[in-house]
Amino acid sequence: MTEDTRRIVIEGTAVPVRGDDIDTDRIVPARYLRTVTFSGLGQHAFEDDRAELTRAGQKHPFDDPAYAGAQVLLANKNFGCGSSREHAPQALMRWGAGISAVIAESFAEIFNANCFSIGIPCVKVDEATGRALMAAVEADPTLTVRINFERSTIDAGTLHFGFEMAAGIRQRFLEGSWDSATELLANRPAIDVAAKNLPYLNGFQA
Amino acid sequence: MGKSLYEKVFERHAVALLPSGQHQLFMGLHLLHEVTSPQAFSSLDERGLKVAYPERTFATADHIIPTHTKLRPLQDSLAEEMLGALEANVSKHGIRFFSPSRQEQGIVHVLGPELGLTQPGMTICCGDSHTSTHGAFGSLAFGIGTSQVRDVLATQTLAMGKLKVRRIEVNGALRPGVYAKDVALYLINKLGVKGGVGFVYEYAGDVIERFTMDERMTLCNMSIEGGARAGYINPDETTYEFLKGRRFAPSAENWERAVAYWNSVRSDADAKYDEVVRFDAKDIEPMVTWGITPGQSVGVSGQVPGLDAFPVNERETAEEAYRYMSFEAGQPIAGTPVNVAFIGSCTNGRLSDFEEVARLVQKSGRKVAPNVRALIVPGSQDVRKALIDRGYDKLFTDAGFEFREPGCSMCLAMNPDKLEGRQICASSSNRNFKGRQGSPSGRTLLMSPAMVAAAALAGSVTDARQLFEIQ
Repeated sequence: MTEDTRRIVIEGTAVPVRGDDIDTDRIVPARYLRTVTFSGLGQHAFEDDRAELTRAGQKHPFDDPAYAGAQVLLANKNFGCGSSREHAPQALMRWGAGISAVIAESFAEIFNANCFSIGIPCVKVDEATGRALMAAVEADPTLTVRINFERSTIDAGTLHFGFEMAAGIRQRFLEGSWDSATELLANRPAIDVAAKNLPYLNGFQA
Repeated sequence: MGKSLYEKVFERHAVALLPSGQHQLFMGLHLLHEVTSPQAFSSLDERGLKVAYPERTFATADHIIPTHTKLRPLQDSLAEEMLGALEANVSKHGIRFFSPSRQEQGIVHVLGPELGLTQPGMTICCGDSHTSTHGAFGSLAFGIGTSQVRDVLATQTLAMGKLKVRRIEVNGALRPGVYAKDVALYLINKLGVKGGVGFVYEYAGDVIERFTMDERMTLCNMSIEGGARAGYINPDETTYEFLKGRRFAPSAENWERAVAYWNSVRSDADAKYDEVVRFDAKDIEPMVTWGITPGQSVGVSGQVPGLDAFPVNERETAEEAYRYMSFEAGQPIAGTPVNVAFIGSCTNGRLSDFEEVARLVQKSGRKVAPNVRALIVPGSQDVRKALIDRGYDKLFTDAGFEFREPGCSMCLAMNPDKLEGRQICASSSNRNFKGRQGSPSGRTLLMSPAMVAAAALAGSVTDARQLFEIQ
């Protein structure tokens, strides 16, 4: 059986990771990039942040049993800034039950593109929505967060929000056709035409 | 209404409008390194795909390369496996590889420009966020993730949305002892680490026009730290002079036509920008970061800012920074003791960076403070050779610096060069994220190479203008 790549509704419990500007070095420390595969990265998600909080006698949400099994990650602003490492979303995808969607107030662009490449929707919400969702999930970690891509809505208990996502991107998730290589390969003849018209590929004669 | 370089180069490379609403863009140059490419090659193999344009693809190894030895196999078996994988992949797919074994390697963003691979009016990509560096030549250069590396290997194209363009002018003249790195840190401080999200930055104005190519690369390099997807500078005589005669630059017979193309992609005088912001060069001081994002910086004569200096929604990050750094609001940044001084990286690992440091160190006649470990890590083998030719290796080692083999070194903790424990590092690199330099509790203060050198000699953060009597 082939994997169903469609993203019509994603629902599950959520894990809130508070803070703006959480960079990809924090999502997966660089030392774990010494690998030729992505397997095994899940256990290293937020590893140094988790250890830092443990030392301080606190608990990172990724270590909190209350959030075990979460499929939706809640974050604040500029989530995933810094390094272009796809290892970051690959680690999140492999953590616990696997993060299958991220809701945040804003995303760093390369992180967003990397998530799209592997079929993880980055759902951008306004600050009020983001904060309300986080508070609700912190108050009740068993709360089911339901992201409906057909209707562009998020439901969590008594909370109901809309979100905006570029129509074309949303459509790719709904169809399950987010695999970019397939889409790009389809235009092979046009690629060759573009190359023939580029001056620097043609002795600057083009 | 005229067009910006961004629009012109984008249109030149547009292949098709995709169903997602994104554009398919041809990539004129694809640079590879060992960290973000192995899974891309595996995915290519799984799908039975070939590299579409191996002649537009070049590779080197930089992140994992030890800088204290040239020996193979690498002591770190994981690193050796990565290097071996890259060697096998480039060999299988017919890709030109600048190899550590032949002493050709360099940091990918130092090497590409040095070889003349990076040229104006090109689109460039690499599985590395600091690909923005290449924008210094008037190219559109994008950092990408591994799945996109696979896409570019397979098709030489990328799916991308159209971005807005913010023109950033820095006018007037920099004060003595203020460098391109200070300009970069100042702009990020003013515009914010997320200020560039959704934008490409076009840098312009008196200061940028007078910048050398090395200085332009330092500035464009840190566009990503400001959240911008790319940064560029319109090509001019400085650009063309730099390129002339380089190994992969256009030949003499093609030169004039090349220059005509390059001139044609410059932003028009009446180009329309989504935003224009202007800064006065005389307001810029030597900058030092005090926190855990590159935007948390202050002039060297300043203090760690108090919470009230931040908008409410940035206070949480500021408080986290105080805690992690063990700094207090109001404490002067000058005088902060440092344990390590690192000069190198794709931001400041070029010949002129080290020449300036050599000149200042020589002039001062001082040595590295006894409790400081100071590293000089050239950005490429060519930079290293040029420094040795000038006798600077000896100058540096006599002054107490370690003179190393080229690589990414202590910028990012993927090779043996790492901070230990709570060490504080004065660093010419680009990121002061928590744990960035290899110790989960290590602390990074970003600054210019001259300021790092001053900190190395004094043993604490020091105004380089005073220590080196820069007037």
